[in-house]
Amino acid sequence: MTPLRLTIAEMSNLLAAGEISSTELVKDCLSRISEKDDSLNSFITVLNESALIAAKSADKLRKLDKAGPLTGIPMAHKDIFCAKGTITSCASKMLANFESPYDATVVERLSNAGMISVGKTNMDEFAMGSSSETSFYGPVTNPWNKSLSPGGSSGGSAAAVAAGLVPMATGTDTGGSIRQPAALCGITGFKPSYGRISRYGIVAFASSLDQAGVLALSAEDVALVMQEIAGFDPRDSTSADKPVPNYRASLDQSVKGRRIGVPKEYFNEGLDSDYADVIRTSLDVFSQMGAEICEVSLPNLSFAVPTYYVVCPAEASSNLSRYDGVRFGYRAENPIDLEDLYKRTRSEGFGDEVKRRIMTGTYVLSAGYYDAYYLKAQKVRQLIAEDLRRCFEQVDVLIGPTTPTTAFAIGEKIDDPVKMYLNDIYTVSANLAGLPAISIPCGIVNGLPTGLHLIGPQFEEARVLNFAHCFQTETNWHKFLPGSERN
Amino acid sequence: MALSKKDIDYIAHLARLDISSDEAPLYTEKLTRILEFIDELGKVDTNDLLPMAQSLDISQRLRADEANVSEDRDLYQKNADVISQGLYLVPRVIE
Repeated sequence: MTPLRLTIAEMSNLLAAGEISSTELVKDCLSRISEKDDSLNSFITVLNESALIAAKSADKLRKLDKAGPLTGIPMAHKDIFCAKGTITSCASKMLANFESPYDATVVERLSNAGMISVGKTNMDEFAMGSSSETSFYGPVTNPWNKSLSPGGSSGGSAAAVAAGLVPMATGTDTGGSIRQPAALCGITGFKPSYGRISRYGIVAFASSLDQAGVLALSAEDVALVMQEIAGFDPRDSTSADKPVPNYRASLDQSVKGRRIGVPKEYFNEGLDSDYADVIRTSLDVFSQMGAEICEVSLPNLSFAVPTYYVVCPAEASSNLSRYDGVRFGYRAENPIDLEDLYKRTRSEGFGDEVKRRIMTGTYVLSAGYYDAYYLKAQKVRQLIAEDLRRCFEQVDVLIGPTTPTTAFAIGEKIDDPVKMYLNDIYTVSANLAGLPAISIPCGIVNGLPTGLHLIGPQFEEARVLNFAHCFQTETNWHKFLPGSERN
Repeated sequence: MALSKKDIDYIAHLARLDISSDEAPLYTEKLTRILEFIDELGKVDTNDLLPMAQSLDISQRLRADEANVSEDRDLYQKNADVISQGLYLVPRVIE
């Protein structure tokens, strides 16, 4: 079997040198999934047959000298991405039998680049959660400690990459759903600017905040995948029609003389003190590389999560009104009339957290409350985005922790929605303002990984990846994984 | 603000959800907690601010008015539970 932790870049080199075949790589992934995933529960669907067929085709392409850098490399998609002919459940009973009739743009582009999907990963139902516990298919566990949550909502993708089941998985990030699980599982997780990657074929949650991204073992791997999936798509009305730079080419640029902003509010109460020490040590790494560390201020940071929890449920309640039991998805049996069909379909098909968010969203949009909640939150959103814009007039990137604590126990926060929501304190602002942000491993606290969070100005994905890559050339935290020889 | 059982019933109806009387107290408690949390926003002075609906500085893009064939009804209707002759069926709405 191949070594447990090959990165995409390493796999690509081995394939190009003829030292390994795609069939071997895919077989290894599939056997690791069958060996380890009973306890992790990171996959909802495993595509044994189609993955092996695709691997054979990839090996043929390579023999014909028609292989690209990603041809024949295995990966997984979060089960929120439509992939033709497979179930796309969004971890909900509502879509448990939904066979997608088409491919999401991300799925199509990675397939065109030759990557091989070995399956669909588990997640919070409809991506609503920060712990991957609200899945209809049961909770995902954290490969560092099976009694802990891997975070969420892309918890299956994060756990699968951290456990070495796949070198990369896609995710979506509406308030932190790529970066928070990446931090809690000790891997690299990147959310680009809103509009950079097409949302076509991604089950909609909160349309002004949702953005696809990548969970992988390094910023370099993220750059390789981003090159394929970023860029304009006419099928997404909010896709940005902007040129895509060469992300790999700018990774090695020096950070010497560049300015890093550290918002002073990040270190207020709520942040674990050992976690804070790890973040300060990480900032020293950048200082030693010649970057300048500056204190900045995000005075409205404490309002970011409340703003998010108005805007996001409002959009979700509207998006999820499509689940009516008529055209696709779950349908209640023997309805007595149309209203009974709607109500029972939705009550039986959605889980508790989804219903709670639909109810919250419905309330904040309802007559008499729209101005006080929804319009108000949209205005505070403007304020938060302005604070960030002002920071980027002074600094190149903002750096802080990804989460207030390391991984928490499964069951610990599930009964207190607000406690769960506060997991997103450092990540939601990037979604509200549409900015690119990454979480990279930066140290261990009490045997568990921590995440360093870097935010860049809008459409400066290359800069964020450059800073992250420089950190990963100076440190080895991204190689420190559960079950690895260094652990 | 604290929600009443009547509020919960009203919101559930607007959202086309059935919340049973067993579930209602838990929904009341948790939604009240969420509303208290988002009520924090009342403290922010937003008088001179424009609402921000999304983060991109773009207006709605128009596409060329070209005919294209992308719909495949039979394929799409495979995901529907009850269809007949290409139609989606729902309970009778007209007496």
